Amino acid sequence: MNAMFRISGAGRLSQAKTASFSFDDKSYVGIEGDTLASGLLANGVHLVGRSFKYHRPRGVVSAGAEEPNALVQIVRDDARKTPNVRATVQELYDGLTAHSQNRWPSLSFDVGAVNDIASPLFSAGFYYKTFMWPKSAWKSLYEPKIRAAAGLGVSPDKPDPDHYAARYAHCEVLVLGGGAAGIAAALAAAETGVRVILADEQAEFGGSLRFESGARIDGQDGYAWAQAAIAKLKAMDNVRVLSRTTAFGYYAQNFVGLVERVSDHLKSPGRDLARERLWQIRAGRVVIATGAIERHMVFANNDRPGVMLASAARTYLNHYGVAVGKNVGVYTANDSAYTAAIDLKKAGVNIAAIVDLRDNPSGPVIDEARALGIEINFGRAVVSAGGKLRVSSMTVQPKNGGGGRTIPVDAILMSAGWTPSVHLFSQSRGKVAFNAETKRFVPGTYAQDCVSVGACNGTDGLDATVDEAYAAGAKAAKEAGGKAGKGAKPKVDAGESWSRGMLGAAPGAGPGTTVKAFVDFQNDVTAKDIRQAVHEGMHSIEHVKRFTTNGMATDQGKTSNMHGLAIAAEELGKPIPQVGLTTFRAPYTPVTFGSIVGHARGALFDPTRRTATHGWAARQGAVFEDVGHWKRAWYFPKSGEDMHAAVNRECVTVRKVGGLFDASTLGKIEVVGPDAAKFMELLYTNPWEKLETGRCRYGIMLREDGFIYDDGVVGRLAPDRFHVTTTTGGAPRVMNHMEDYLQTEFPHLNVWLTSITEQWAVIAVQGPKSREIIAPLVEGIDMSDEAMPHMSVREGKICGVPTRLFRMSFTGERGFEVNVPADYGEAVWEVLWAEGQKHGATAYGTETMHVLRAEKGYIIVGQDTDGTVTPNDAGLDWAVGKKKTDFVGIRGLTRPDLVAKGRKQLVGLKTKDPKVVLEEGAQIVADPKQPIPMKMIGHVTSSYWSENCGRSIALALVAGGRDRIGQTLYVPMPNGTIEVEVTGMVFVDEKGERLNG
Amino acid sequence: MLLIRCPYCEEERPELEFRNAGEAHIARPTNIAAESDDDFEKFFFIRANPKGVIYERWRHIHGCARFFNAVRDTVTDKFVMTYKAGEPKPAKLPGAAK
Repeated sequence: MNAMFRISGAGRLSQAKTASFSFDDKSYVGIEGDTLASGLLANGVHLVGRSFKYHRPRGVVSAGAEEPNALVQIVRDDARKTPNVRATVQELYDGLTAHSQNRWPSLSFDVGAVNDIASPLFSAGFYYKTFMWPKSAWKSLYEPKIRAAAGLGVSPDKPDPDHYAARYAHCEVLVLGGGAAGIAAALAAAETGVRVILADEQAEFGGSLRFESGARIDGQDGYAWAQAAIAKLKAMDNVRVLSRTTAFGYYAQNFVGLVERVSDHLKSPGRDLARERLWQIRAGRVVIATGAIERHMVFANNDRPGVMLASAARTYLNHYGVAVGKNVGVYTANDSAYTAAIDLKKAGVNIAAIVDLRDNPSGPVIDEARALGIEINFGRAVVSAGGKLRVSSMTVQPKNGGGGRTIPVDAILMSAGWTPSVHLFSQSRGKVAFNAETKRFVPGTYAQDCVSVGACNGTDGLDATVDEAYAAGAKAAKEAGGKAGKGAKPKVDAGESWSRGMLGAAPGAGPGTTVKAFVDFQNDVTAKDIRQAVHEGMHSIEHVKRFTTNGMATDQGKTSNMHGLAIAAEELGKPIPQVGLTTFRAPYTPVTFGSIVGHARGALFDPTRRTATHGWAARQGAVFEDVGHWKRAWYFPKSGEDMHAAVNRECVTVRKVGGLFDASTLGKIEVVGPDAAKFMELLYTNPWEKLETGRCRYGIMLREDGFIYDDGVVGRLAPDRFHVTTTTGGAPRVMNHMEDYLQTEFPHLNVWLTSITEQWAVIAVQGPKSREIIAPLVEGIDMSDEAMPHMSVREGKICGVPTRLFRMSFTGERGFEVNVPADYGEAVWEVLWAEGQKHGATAYGTETMHVLRAEKGYIIVGQDTDGTVTPNDAGLDWAVGKKKTDFVGIRGLTRPDLVAKGRKQLVGLKTKDPKVVLEEGAQIVADPKQPIPMKMIGHVTSSYWSENCGRSIALALVAGGRDRIGQTLYVPMPNGTIEVEVTGMVFVDEKGERLNG
Repeated sequence: MLLIRCPYCEEERPELEFRNAGEAHIARPTNIAAESDDDFEKFFFIRANPKGVIYERWRHIHGCARFFNAVRDTVTDKFVMTYKAGEPKPAKLPGAAK
């Protein structure tokens, strides 16, 4: 069964292939190849949405990507509910379900339409003026209400189940736009043998040839020529043809972002197909052939459903076989609308009248229209459209005023002229130039290796377009290294040509009028709003734009920008170029987050690093925490234990017996070479030349400004070889810092730096029984205190595999760190674990590690320091070589502020109530009774419950902290002020005897 | 994404492989400990931040890992040239005013 407005014999779709679809729960039948818009129009449905602000009924305006009105929600299933889809772009598939947006309770009766009646309240800048006060109401009241009332579609509330692909590509010539110009350029470039990519946003190539019924190229109909040319291009090995692919962004050095809609047009895409594919193409030359977009006429009620662009009506007829009405009026200021009237008339649609603003135009299309018996009115204007849910009439007057008459119509086709699509050219940082004669912005100065051809370059006429495009394609290919082409330029036998038109408000909507003559349909901006903005002092187009929101909707003003600019210019009494054009920015059309994100989501969002013992820890029920990219075992709860209980047990067991801890994530860098010690002298504050082979030292690395950058234990394996450890988070930047100095400041030093973080698994065995646990498994190393004192390193074997065995401690207990090649990490851990269990040792995680080191006052760089802490501030002056004449940071340390009195210093804090655990980051004051805002003298950097001490402990940075030891300070918190005593930083074993215990 | 020519790899590679490392041709004083406060301030804290041509350091961190120098226009983002670390500031830029 044919839909009412489908005209048999018209259009290119096969009427045999039907597709049923629903819109607002009502079923319709369309044809495969339809867009949702053409399918609805074929069924006589023009009313498809409500406007953003005034909730006015709206219909389909265009037949393409510029559509401002026909935004719908496409629902595939519970999770796939895509809002703000342009019905003119969405291809129909059998079973498609669409809903209108921004209406309640229904599209034809919408309560929000009261905004239209109350519209004097909602003038330009309304939001800025009205919701200023009280400030607190913005978040709680105004914003949610405005969003609910003025929103567009509804966001899906479930994770996106689709997947999105991404491709990089390179080519010599990239052609953007697949109309006559783009195809001609691609043909010329392809014939030279270079790699060519041709992309177009539509499902079928041809651009304006889809509606230009008069075009004939190479002896055939223009559209048929385009299909033949595309088939030829597709068959060439050096050409890639991308349909349904929108170039949305033009970036530096001919880098262009495109989105290919892979499966949104399919009934059942299946899991194999991505929804969209992001193309990132680097091109030697870019040919921009993006065409032009028709402008609407700005007159009262020009937004009534049924009022649309002339080229759109022509597309619906000539491509989709759909008549947009039965009795159609035309309102134009240029020739192109005549061709739409002629085509419709020939298809049997009544043309009520053509109203032409021009006084005495002439030309073949006007003659033809007249010959067909169409009524033509020159020098007249449509001053208003009648009807509400659908246009019912147009009121026509002489353009300079005078008596009018009302003509019944069911559609009005309008054309104010064509705006070259300079979006991508402008994004490439090219400068547009205003052509005063044709009143349009065209590409002026180029910033990149690209060229604009055809309508987007202001070139009028099919013949001139193909000439220009073919030559540009050949030239681009040649410049990019192509040979001379062998092909022949397509011959244009017949084509259409028009230009000119008008900008700004039409008669009846000019200065002094208050009618609703829409400039920007999507954001409900009228000609009056633009003038009001100018009156209120917005003299730059950038200000006018933001004040009125003209051109700021999702269509980015494709139809509205030039009108808005012209109205502002008129009101300001300035020429258009002096008022300026707003900047074009990516994306050209809305781009989904999915296509930008691609596969980088969920587990693939960021790399995950796991240590060699990860599997073992997981099997033990460890709870993990993220430390940078690493997953680290946080604590190992036994059954029934919460975190607190597990950590308390782990802490006590390590000090009583022993514990195993995976320290593999610490950064490790091998510094090797004849000048290794000299290099270490320069990069760390400590002296290294005299460190004996086999011994370790705690090193501090500064930035040049004197602040602590990193720290770690360094072992000297040989006179020319140091095994350096860094903090977990600092590993990459420490390596970068070292490389920077080695390559650029100390290139005379003969040193090699190698990251060995992932080569060695590190098992810390700490506690009084640590030596007993390890010793039975070690070969070739004397582990006695005499042979291997605290802070020494030995190479040998453990469990039969090579080891670098460090005797060091981050717990204050006798301790070792067993380094083994990472592949053996888990196996060695299991053996050590079995051995440890004989003694009652525990496995412990990062939380226990933190508590134990805090009990000893060992700092963590990045937690107890923050990039403004010197070694002296941290109580680490002993680690700065006093006799050294140079190291990175030596000069910074003597800066006046760094040696001044009263700097914040690290100290310990004990709460007066031992059960109270301070909050890390809490601020500290000297006098809790002072008025707010209080003077803050420091903050808590580390704070824990210490089961070993039977109380809470904390470290803090406090101004003049070491001179305040013994004093009482205060930590004001929301639930009351906490009293604390300033102490030294060591809470357990102040003399350090347990290191050998 | 910019393409940057690594003077060591001798080819253009995508920006993702590189990391900017601040202004170039600021040498660390050989006897830095003896620098006056003013001189140290100039050396460590003060940067030209020009609008237009900047001489800056880059590192091909996800490539050959070498630091090198580049001349870039901060307005157009265009790289004028790149050259190896340690080489002097180019006296004349390619394509400079004729």
